[in-house]
Amino acid sequence: MSPINFVYLASILFAIGSAAVLLRRNAIIAFMGVELMLNAANLSLVAFSRMHGQVDGQVMAFFVMVVAAAEVVVGLAIIIAVFRARQSISLDEPAELRG
Amino acid sequence: MVNPVLFWCVAAITVVPSLSLLFARKAVHVAMSIVLVMVGLATAYIMLDAPFLGIVQIVVYTGAVMMLFLFVLMLVGVDQREDLKETIAGQRWIAFLAAGGLGVLLISMIARVSVSVQDTTVGDPERIANVLFSRYVLVIESLGALLITAAVGALVLTHVPRLRRKRTQAEVAEGRVLVGANPVNKPMPGVYARHNALDIPALDPDGNAIEASLSRVLEVRHQTQDGVEFRAQIEEGDEK
Repeated sequence: MSPINFVYLASILFAIGSAAVLLRRNAIIAFMGVELMLNAANLSLVAFSRMHGQVDGQVMAFFVMVVAAAEVVVGLAIIIAVFRARQSISLDEPAELRG
Repeated sequence: MVNPVLFWCVAAITVVPSLSLLFARKAVHVAMSIVLVMVGLATAYIMLDAPFLGIVQIVVYTGAVMMLFLFVLMLVGVDQREDLKETIAGQRWIAFLAAGGLGVLLISMIARVSVSVQDTTVGDPERIANVLFSRYVLVIESLGALLITAAVGALVLTHVPRLRRKRTQAEVAEGRVLVGANPVNKPMPGVYARHNALDIPALDPDGNAIEASLSRVLEVRHQTQDGVEFRAQIEEGDEK
């Protein structure tokens, strides 16, 4: 079985993650959808690294993980700040900012 | 090459739990199933001869990131209701259509690519370390700066400035007296030298039970006893 199957798996996971971002109103769940998309990209990078026999794909996946960790920290801090201000983490609430 | 049985197992434990992102009602259930997805992805990395990334995936994602998500879920309240009222008409179907279209597009494009698979495996940590700290050393340095910036940013974003001056201990005590609370401690439960337990009220010098010495929680649960028998014992002792 060729490692290309993992790229198919990654595209399915990416589609599920993007559907969650478009669909869910709960900010934390939408954020988890973003995480799933990042992980799908990572999976395809690792599969490409295996296919080409080169280590660069794994290094890139490692960089993506580090950036994702930083992004999660800041994103969750923003969610907490919004929750403190509005007592809600619904993504529809900021739409009220519109005049 | 990849073991097909293992591949289908990994596909099942990544795709099925990730569907909870779309259909699960409670955010905690979503978080726990994403943890399972992360473990499945770690298995996939190890299958693809990248053991280093597999371990990092478990440590970083299941260990740190998803637990951080759970912390925040507990902080904002696990029973935050999600309102299902749609602000954009037909948003659900548009979202499903767009995401499904994206998936079909990606899969059909991958199916048209022809790839040759090398048999060399490159995942050992030594080799990754060599590449990381030679060719990508500048990237590593800037990632360190990024992580520190993110940590400081999170501190700044979650910091709440104090609106009023902090009350000193003397002010707290004065406030209690002003409200009319008893300034003295409540008596401890238990009968000295006879029955040293939380469910027995203390006896005053006349041998009457002091109800205030009992924990309110135990009273609500009906787990307390009255001090009558101990009073009787004390009186017997006095007669002897």
